[in-house]
Amino acid sequence: MVTRVDVSIWRGDAGGGELVTYSVPVREGMVVLDAVLWIQANMAPDLAVRWNCKAAKCGSCSAEIDGFPRLMCKSPVSDYGERLTVRPMRTFPVIRDLVTDVSWNYEVNRRVAPFTPSREDAESSTPWRMQQEDVDRVAEFRKCIECFLCQNVCHVLRDHDRKDAFWGPRTMIRIASLEMHPKDTLDRRPLVRAEAGVGMCNITKCCTEVCPEHIHITDNAIIPLKERMADEWFDPIRWAARRLRRRPTREGGAAAPRPRPPARD
Amino acid sequence: MDAAPHETVDTDVLVIGAGGAGMRGAIAAAGAGARVLVVCKSLLGKAHTVMAEGGMAAALANVAHLDSWEAHFADTMKGGKLLSSWRMALIHAREAPDRVLELERWGAVFDRTATGHIHQRPFGAHTYPRLAHIGDRTGLELIRSLQDRLVHTERVDVHMEVTVAGLLTREDRVVGAVAYRRADGALVVYRARAVLLATGGAGRIYRITSNSWECTGDGTALAYEIGAQLQDCEMVQFHPTGMVWPPGVRGILVTEGVRGEGGVLRNKDGERFMERYDHDRMELSSRDVVARAINAEVLAGRGTPHGGAYLDITHRSADYIRRKLPSMHEQFLKLARVDITKEPMEVAPTIHYFMGGVRVNADTGASTVPGLFAAGEVASGLHGANRLGGNSLSDLLVFGKRAGEAAAAFAADHGPADVDAAQVGDVVERLVGPLTRPHGESPYQLQGELQDACTRHAPIIRDEATLREGLEKVLELRDRAERCGTGGPVGRAFNPGWHTAQDLRSMLVNAEALFRCALERRESRGAHARSDHPKLDARLAQVNLVVQRSEGGMAVTQVENEPVPYDLTEVISQSFQRYTPEEMS
Repeated sequence: MVTRVDVSIWRGDAGGGELVTYSVPVREGMVVLDAVLWIQANMAPDLAVRWNCKAAKCGSCSAEIDGFPRLMCKSPVSDYGERLTVRPMRTFPVIRDLVTDVSWNYEVNRRVAPFTPSREDAESSTPWRMQQEDVDRVAEFRKCIECFLCQNVCHVLRDHDRKDAFWGPRTMIRIASLEMHPKDTLDRRPLVRAEAGVGMCNITKCCTEVCPEHIHITDNAIIPLKERMADEWFDPIRWAARRLRRRPTREGGAAAPRPRPPARD
Repeated sequence: MDAAPHETVDTDVLVIGAGGAGMRGAIAAAGAGARVLVVCKSLLGKAHTVMAEGGMAAALANVAHLDSWEAHFADTMKGGKLLSSWRMALIHAREAPDRVLELERWGAVFDRTATGHIHQRPFGAHTYPRLAHIGDRTGLELIRSLQDRLVHTERVDVHMEVTVAGLLTREDRVVGAVAYRRADGALVVYRARAVLLATGGAGRIYRITSNSWECTGDGTALAYEIGAQLQDCEMVQFHPTGMVWPPGVRGILVTEGVRGEGGVLRNKDGERFMERYDHDRMELSSRDVVARAINAEVLAGRGTPHGGAYLDITHRSADYIRRKLPSMHEQFLKLARVDITKEPMEVAPTIHYFMGGVRVNADTGASTVPGLFAAGEVASGLHGANRLGGNSLSDLLVFGKRAGEAAAAFAADHGPADVDAAQVGDVVERLVGPLTRPHGESPYQLQGELQDACTRHAPIIRDEATLREGLEKVLELRDRAERCGTGGPVGRAFNPGWHTAQDLRSMLVNAEALFRCALERRESRGAHARSDHPKLDARLAQVNLVVQRSEGGMAVTQVENEPVPYDLTEVISQSFQRYTPEEMS
């Protein structure tokens, strides 16, 4: 068994940086985060890193280990042999060392219209009823711990830096969790199509591959959102129907358009 | 000293901490018309609440139709060994169902019964199945639902990755706080009409803990330093089931939901030993009892190879386990290479929860300092000498809401007050001290020694001599911490060495209070077990230990609590929940 491991960590800030290598004693069951915290306590007290729970529940310690985006708390050192390299997530601006500025994710999330039950449901005084199978469908999306590894690996954001055009897999998960919530009534399809830019995703499934919660991001969230959008905008019958009901009616009924999300700046 | 360059931000209610209590409090305060600012040490949504697994206790009576607020109240009082504030236990039991249903209306989803109602899971020392849950990640569901609600609430702003270093007072009233941004080290002075502490517990003062790094007891220390009273700081809960092996994961929580779903505890001989400790409730006895039982089995030489007990759920189908306990399945598979659908888990007690904290008014969460409120784990009273599983998440919602509303009302009644520049200067001087001592002692070293001291000297079973040694060690560390540095580099931008030096201050206050109270309570009650005073002292059920800053340092006094009204004593004595043999001794 390896008794020491060489851990190379990217040290620096927005102005630039370099890899610095530390030799770390290994103990059984050690994860990469343990190694980083050992370095912090014993060799580099100012080594900047985010972490909280060390149990893969908070999604704070995202980084790129030997080039692969992972949670450090969930990556055993023994998977890497005698040396490994840790770099910050590349898609977001570096603040310092392994800490990046992920505030953009919070900004786009805020632009997603919140959960909106029907007025009848909202005002009723009796407890709601839902079926387990309906809950199960959104429960998968609600497992998301916001580690932003999917955002980091999405090539639209990572290689093309199109944060202006696509809100990324995490946001799609969030929108899907609302759209498929059994009690939500808002129609976020216009948002998905326009601002959130679901059309930018060309289904390479990189996001699904890195998800530590094993959420089927592409298959269960993004593709269904794309289909819903296609049904609405590219189905010829609906296109015709939409032409016929240009003017929204106040009476409601089956043909009335669903309410649109409120405009947000 | 004059105030150093800083930004100034004005608000009505300053909420410190963005876990369940902080966010619920912020939503309530904003709903009552106040401008609210939430500051938190981490990113939003990462608070320790996300680690809560099992569920949220509320007498919805969806699964057991006999359940009622009376039964929940009685369970809480008995579980707390009658030390709980009866008024808080009453409010909690009555209001928890509404808070759970309200959360659902804000978008939270829970597992369902066959009829489509919120499903409820059995849990330790709850007479009926009572915990609303979704799989084993209920805390995450609560956090995400509140987070989404919060960011769409008007008049609320959030400052992430900001650490509060000290509270400011004027004429004995709280008027703000001094803080720094972790990213660049910039100083910020918050001027507020009311402050709500929602900073959680101090589990990091122990080496083996289920708590996240943030749980350094900041709120308790901030309140203590401006003269607020704390209480019952000796009451620290060991969760019976933390991971034991491998060493890297020691202490990580194994949800009580495993036992709620039928998991059994066995010693190395295969004996289901809980039969000897609590014949009636077995694995679902209260946490203090189960933790001591595992401890006793290990001490008697009946422990597992790594010093714990086996927790076995393999009699359930693999599919059921993966559906009801998905994150436990993943956690053991990934971190311990154990498939819990096929093999038992190895578990041992781990530090989990602080029942003690800021002494508050039961109805409003008001501390003894005007304008300062507290809710959640940082506050004390609801859980007495032992918290029941599931009562924490409902505590956050019930008392977060009440404290938020009370803070907003206080802010509406009190105009803004100027902060005292000299006070700001004092806090800043202390705060930047470590940056001026590049050769000072490493805060990581001191933090490690403190964790060792608490782990060794305030364990599950305590005694006078060990506690005295622990207290002396803490006082020595306190002196050394006054002079500590950052461990090396003295930059302000995201410098964890500097951050650790700040955390250390809070941790030391919590540790000192723990040892002083533990020495003062000469009996065994709930989480506080003394080998030199092994029995309950009936008189001390009526006594809270109150901690306050005095001229001679930290003072602990015995204060009589308000007796339980007669009709409620009837509710308690008529409930089905029995005491364990050791509690009746």
